[in-house]
Amino acid sequence: MNLFREIGKYFLLMKRVFVSPDRTKMFFRQFPKELEKLGLQSLPIVAIISVFIGFIMTMQTKLNTSNPLLPVYTTGLVTRDTLLLEFSSTILCLILAGKVGSNIASEIGTMRITEQIDALEIMGVNSANYLILPKIIAFVTMMPFLVIFSMALGIGGGYFVGVLTNILTTGDYLIGIQYAFIPYYVIYSLIKSMIFAFIISSVAAYYGYYSYGGALDVGKSSTNAVVNGSILILFFNILITKLMLN
Amino acid sequence: MIEVKNVDKSFDGNHVLKDVSAVFETGITNMIIGQSGSGKTVLMKSIIGLHRIDNGEIKYDGRNMPDMRMQEIRILRREVGMLFQGSALFDSLSVLENVMYPLEMFSPTSKEEMNERARFCLKRVNLEEKAFGLAPSEISGGMQKRVAIARAIALQPKYLFCDEPNSGLDPKTSLIIDQLIHEITHEFEITTIINSHDMNSVMEIGENIIFIENGEKAWQGNNKDIFHVDNKALNDFVFASELYKKVKSTNQ
Repeated sequence: MNLFREIGKYFLLMKRVFVSPDRTKMFFRQFPKELEKLGLQSLPIVAIISVFIGFIMTMQTKLNTSNPLLPVYTTGLVTRDTLLLEFSSTILCLILAGKVGSNIASEIGTMRITEQIDALEIMGVNSANYLILPKIIAFVTMMPFLVIFSMALGIGGGYFVGVLTNILTTGDYLIGIQYAFIPYYVIYSLIKSMIFAFIISSVAAYYGYYSYGGALDVGKSSTNAVVNGSILILFFNILITKLMLN
Repeated sequence: MIEVKNVDKSFDGNHVLKDVSAVFETGITNMIIGQSGSGKTVLMKSIIGLHRIDNGEIKYDGRNMPDMRMQEIRILRREVGMLFQGSALFDSLSVLENVMYPLEMFSPTSKEEMNERARFCLKRVNLEEKAFGLAPSEISGGMQKRVAIARAIALQPKYLFCDEPNSGLDPKTSLIIDQLIHEITHEFEITTIINSHDMNSVMEIGENIIFIENGEKAWQGNNKDIFHVDNKALNDFVFASELYKKVKSTNQ
């Protein structure tokens, strides 16, 4: 019963979020700030993780596909498809659920416990719309760029480590990453990541918005946001894959 | 004027407000006092509309809030200013931006006029100009309260609510804040309701005092009448300290 109540509360909150802003000017003032905070500030972590996953993906694939019957382009192909299909969308979003999700939940949660949200409500502002809408729109907007950035750096990282450690040639890798390339995989990955971005930001905003108590409770809200956001990402990953790739 | 008529409010079967009726007049400082857990905060939050009441009427100059839809309540709230216990200033904005915020949201005036109005409000609460650009975390608790008052009056509200305005302040600053609220109430003809524990405030600016006990209105009067009351609960609450007992005997 509690689960249904929570789901109901979440959808009621979203109903308040997705309405026309009280002042469009204020929305467009918040929006670039959120783009910067949720998107641009995530670039370093995305870059580091993507490059290193590209490294390890190439090394592991090469080490585990030493059979001479396998074509030389196998390593490049496996690295590319793993990055395109799962890493740069799902795994990246799981990581960002931690960074961005906790950021959103703790920021809104702190505003709740310090009565800043009550202050907005008393002023006659739709606090849910004012605080949450720019975050969701900004994060969903930034996510495809983060995914493409991650794909590029992952594939680049794979190439770099492969050539540097002499485990494959430039030609083998380049053939691999071009072999049997299906552009739809990129579209699938981008759509999936945008849905995940919505889940991360809206679930985190929900937990933050309904925080109560003190600093400890904001911490709990933040943890709940990350855990439940991650579970939902995994669940929706199966659903979207079934719908889009089957 | 705000009229509260036969208001009831329960939480999970716990009857917190029982048939409370009171009138809060315009242009004077109305105070709600009572012990912790007596229901005074619930009464104030019910008047503002943060709690939906079970029964009764809450009329803002004849407009009954419980009958209103959310959108209508939001429009009514643009006539309301509120001073929160912890000031509730927006951390991400400077002092000046905090006061400009309600103007930017709801005032049709130009940016220059908003800036001018915000500066006027901050000067009215005696805040020095050098503090205008600072973040709320960079100013003292007393200054934060002044900024919160300036923000509350920025849109020239008809109704001003103050929840424990002296909480966490030293006696001298408390007195300054009390006097400021009192002056503003008279100067701008506002219906002010203050929720307070502070007996200094009650004695200083209590022009219409409502004492709540166990969710019921137990007494109503002003800071002069309070010295001549027979109500035991009120006397125990107001004149709890030896100092106030002496003050009472002197006044009688």
